[in-house]
Amino acid sequence: MQFHTFSSPHVHNGNSVPAVMRDVLLAVSPGAALMVYFFGWGVFFNLLISSVTAVAAEALVVKLRGREVGPVLADHSALVTAVLLALALPPLVPWWVPFLGALFAIVLAKHLYGGLGYNPFNPAMVGFVMLLIAFPKQMTLWTPPAGLDQQRLDFTETAACIFTHRLPEGLDYDAVTLATPLDKVKTDLGTGRTLREILTAPTFGTLAGVGWEWANLAYLLGGLWLIHRRRIAWQIPAGMLGSLFLVSLVFYGYDSDNYASPLFHLLSGAAMLGAFFIATDPVTAATTPRGRLWYGAGIGLIVYVIRTWGGYPDGVAFGVLLMNMAAPTLDHYTQPRVYGARR
Amino acid sequence: MSYDFSRLHRFHGGLVLEEHKRESSETPIETLPLPDLLTLPLQQHIGEPATPMVRVGETVAKGQRLARPEGYVSVPIHAPTSGKIVAIGDFPVPHPSGLKAPCIVLEPDGEDRWCEPENPIEDYTALDPSALRNRIRDAGIVGLGGAGFPSFIKMNPATGRPIDLLVVNGAECEPWITCDDRLMRERAEAVVGGIHILLHALSAAQCAIAIEDNKPEAIAAMRRAVASVGDDRMQVVEIPTLYPSGGEKQLIYVLTGREVPSQGLPADIGIVCHNPGTIAAIHDAVVHHRPLISRIVTVTGDGVKRPANVEALIGTPMVDLIEHCGGYTPGADRLIMGGPMMGYALPEDDLPVIKTTNCLLVATRRTLPLPPPPRPCIRCGECERVCPARLLPQQLYWYAHARDFDRIQDYHLFDCIECGCCAHVCPSHIPLVQYYRYAKTEIWEIERERRKAEQARQRHEARLARLEREKREREERLKKKRKAVRTDGDRRKAEIAAALERARRKKAGGEAQGAATTPKAQGDD
Ligand code: SF4
Ligand code: SF4
Repeated sequence: MQFHTFSSPHVHNGNSVPAVMRDVLLAVSPGAALMVYFFGWGVFFNLLISSVTAVAAEALVVKLRGREVGPVLADHSALVTAVLLALALPPLVPWWVPFLGALFAIVLAKHLYGGLGYNPFNPAMVGFVMLLIAFPKQMTLWTPPAGLDQQRLDFTETAACIFTHRLPEGLDYDAVTLATPLDKVKTDLGTGRTLREILTAPTFGTLAGVGWEWANLAYLLGGLWLIHRRRIAWQIPAGMLGSLFLVSLVFYGYDSDNYASPLFHLLSGAAMLGAFFIATDPVTAATTPRGRLWYGAGIGLIVYVIRTWGGYPDGVAFGVLLMNMAAPTLDHYTQPRVYGARR
Repeated sequence: MSYDFSRLHRFHGGLVLEEHKRESSETPIETLPLPDLLTLPLQQHIGEPATPMVRVGETVAKGQRLARPEGYVSVPIHAPTSGKIVAIGDFPVPHPSGLKAPCIVLEPDGEDRWCEPENPIEDYTALDPSALRNRIRDAGIVGLGGAGFPSFIKMNPATGRPIDLLVVNGAECEPWITCDDRLMRERAEAVVGGIHILLHALSAAQCAIAIEDNKPEAIAAMRRAVASVGDDRMQVVEIPTLYPSGGEKQLIYVLTGREVPSQGLPADIGIVCHNPGTIAAIHDAVVHHRPLISRIVTVTGDGVKRPANVEALIGTPMVDLIEHCGGYTPGADRLIMGGPMMGYALPEDDLPVIKTTNCLLVATRRTLPLPPPPRPCIRCGECERVCPARLLPQQLYWYAHARDFDRIQDYHLFDCIECGCCAHVCPSHIPLVQYYRYAKTEIWEIERERRKAEQARQRHEARLARLEREKREREERLKKKRKAVRTDGDRRKAEIAAALERARRKKAGGEAQGAATTPKAQGDD
């Protein structure tokens, strides 16, 4: 009798890249839903435009590269990139912002390097930074969170704003946008006010910014679930949140009038999304256990530095990209001691 | 150094696997009837193949030596039963390469007639260790756990370091395989007897019999056997079930918390490891003068109707074992020699059972589905998390893929034990182990080429040196000859001069006597 032959091992635990990506998408969805709830339909449109663009662009590029499209799309990695990019974008950006961002992320940051597994930089963050630099004005178009918005745009109004750049009668952009808490803290500190005064503004809730605190908590929960399912490496969020916590604690302890509290930092901006979903992109992160801790810690530190002294309200994208560059070096210097090697 | 095993250690990584042990572990070992033909490969062990000592047509008795070891790392092959040698030549053997290899084919005569034992041992304790070692080599015993390393070599540690601990590796950590489990349950006395012999041969003070805790019956049986001999050097140690705890290096770590040095041997830290099957075979060889001519094989998997453990003569066609176990179930699709993690897939079943055939796993696609096409590595690090050698499998893969055989060795390729944990969990379904084997083979090949080139260079240099020497010698000779000629010439001149002198003197009519001696003295020059 004749048999099939394959190389050992002959059994597999059933884990797969599509399954990993599906779990990531699932885990990010509560946070994404809260973002839609707090910041309006614009978030939804960003998700939609970014996803459609990313998947279409990936299909096209793969086809042009002469590969089979089906199996590549089936890994859902383009969708993950698209969702992460979209969640980092302000809700009222014109449609071509998520479109260009996703295109840039997939075509340049991912496939120009050889596709999934070969890209040295996190594609979503490359796309995001490109947008930040090219369209700085549009990238501030954040809506006020639910509860603080006198003028909430409904579905069609939002669509009109995004696709045709038209706002409802009698409204201008100032009326429908609001600086994010991180932005506000930064600009207000610049005017010489103390944090105690700044934090009395309605933008701020119990823990951090209104809306933001809940979205961050939802991302945290989703992230913990991913760690529990062993879909992401715990060292990266632990390193990033740990270092962000520690540095902010030091400065907060030193001068709480001018430096925000650790809790504020952990629950603001893209802290949790970054720690659990963006920085944990395995392709571009460090890969040794200790390397990942340092990698995360580096991001946390850069985030704090940029938030506190840099030119942008948040620094997750820059932190991730800078540490992407450092990842190979980190890996080299943090190789585990192999069994039997001299201690 | 003495060990107590009250605290066990956990190695890095490893896997909890579906066991599938009960399929075959609950019925006694069955004995296979005599097959029609036995095919005995000359190489069933790591090392040099044996050299045939019989001719086609010769009648042989059971236990008679058919092939003698060639070189040091080699063992003899014996006739598993009496009969006639019908062929010596190349036949298909169970080997990953799928190539044919030299075999002796024996047709049993059905009498199963034993030969005279070569030189029976009355009392092995009176033998010195080297005599025991030779006896074990003469019996053709190799590691029966799967690797097939000649056992006598492990009894002669080259390190010169004394052996403190004998480890009996009864972990049997691969799923499906139960031959050691059954052996320990049914033949615990033989194992304990073998341990006695080994402790004596190794002059070791301690023995740990390590068994995974999923084999309570084997643990109990071994404990009983140890208690009945009342030897407090031996201790049965129950270890947690975690693949690959039966890997020699992992098991040593579990028991002692010590690591075998990279690229070294357990003997380097005073430990020797043997499989219980090997130890029972050593017992049989020393006490019953029985060479290694049969072994227990687990025949299991959902591709076979009635999984069981069978004792089969070496050389029995695998298909006989499967038929004995009720034949194939519909959908049987893969035949694996060894376990699902480290065993290798065989293309056909008309291959002989060899000394290292511990298990025949026959599976349908339900249990062993076809591997999906691999995706790119996403550097998720899952492989690193489970690697018991604490390697970075993703980096090894990367460099194997890039054929960067220098860097891959910086990442300790040769510490990879090919356990398959990494590939088992890889979400991209990359056949990682295949890449590592490929890289190892390539590096060996390069190494061989380099050695060959080095040898060629040395030969070339030696030749140049020889030519140089010969040239020098020739010149030397020539010079000598020239000198000789010159000397000759001188002599001649002198003779002439002398003759002239003589003539002059004669002419002068002076003292001719004295003058005659002069040229002679000169000629002696
Ligand atoms: S498990 Fe597979 S995909 Fe993940 S890092 Fe290892 S080789 Fe790459
Ligand atoms: S096969 Fe090698 S690299 Fe893979 S887990 Fe086992 S020892 Fe590690």
